[in-house]
Amino acid sequence: MPPLARYHIKTGLVYFAAALLLGVLLAAQPVFALPPQIAALRPVFLHLLIVGWVTQLIMGVVYWMFPKESKERPRGSPRLGWAVFLLLNGGLALRVIGEPLLIFQPGPAAGAALAVSAVLQTAAGWGFIANTWARIKER
Amino acid sequence: MPRLSVWMVRAALLHLGTGFTVGGLLLFNKGEPFDTGVWALLQVHVDLLIFGWIMQLAMGVAYWILPRFAQPPKYGRTWLAALAFGLINAGTLISAGGQWAGSSGWTLVGRAAILLAGLCFAVYIFPRVKPMEFVTPPGR
Repeated sequence: MPPLARYHIKTGLVYFAAALLLGVLLAAQPVFALPPQIAALRPVFLHLLIVGWVTQLIMGVVYWMFPKESKERPRGSPRLGWAVFLLLNGGLALRVIGEPLLIFQPGPAAGAALAVSAVLQTAAGWGFIANTWARIKER
Repeated sequence: MPRLSVWMVRAALLHLGTGFTVGGLLLFNKGEPFDTGVWALLQVHVDLLIFGWIMQLAMGVAYWILPRFAQPPKYGRTWLAALAFGLINAGTLISAGGQWAGSSGWTLVGRAAILLAGLCFAVYIFPRVKPMEFVTPPGR
């Protein structure tokens, strides 16, 4: 398994654990009368699961197992692959910081974090498509 | 990778790109509000990524990877899988468009098409979930 696939999958597992932890916190909020703002972290919970875990696991497995693009470039551009990894995880981490900040301490920093997160994650998505497209081919 | 898997995985990637772009707009708008109307795209974002991306990618990879039949047709009743491909893409786009436009009727049509896609694909793939078959050449 190439290093980039391992990084994707292992980072995905960290997000998976974080998502499940946040899921417990969301369920505990009404039971233990925790601050009601915690309920607003549901989008973070869903994105940790769907983007951080499921989509990242898919990206790692696709990079590892999909048909080779060519003998010279079996997995597309490694540079673009790493850029996708950094953009996706940087973007998601900014969201994980920015969303609670926007709820508990709203201000320009929180807004900017979410805006930058949006740009980074969108770029990651299209970068992944660009790097994978040529590998989806008939035998 | 068989041709239908190529179509499914490429279509799934297009849904991923569009879904991420819509999600990016929503998140950007949350941080730096520019138009409250953007929130109407929330369900479009969800449908594109859940049905168009994840569900369709799983279908495309299953069609490619699961054991084939030893005797022709190796891929079985492919028309069912092709129908599922058409239905899931039409259904996702109609459902997403219906929700964006606030039309519950079109949303229902889209979701019904997605249901039919799921059923067609389940009926198609069911017999391929089996142990590998090996054909022994005659004379051995």
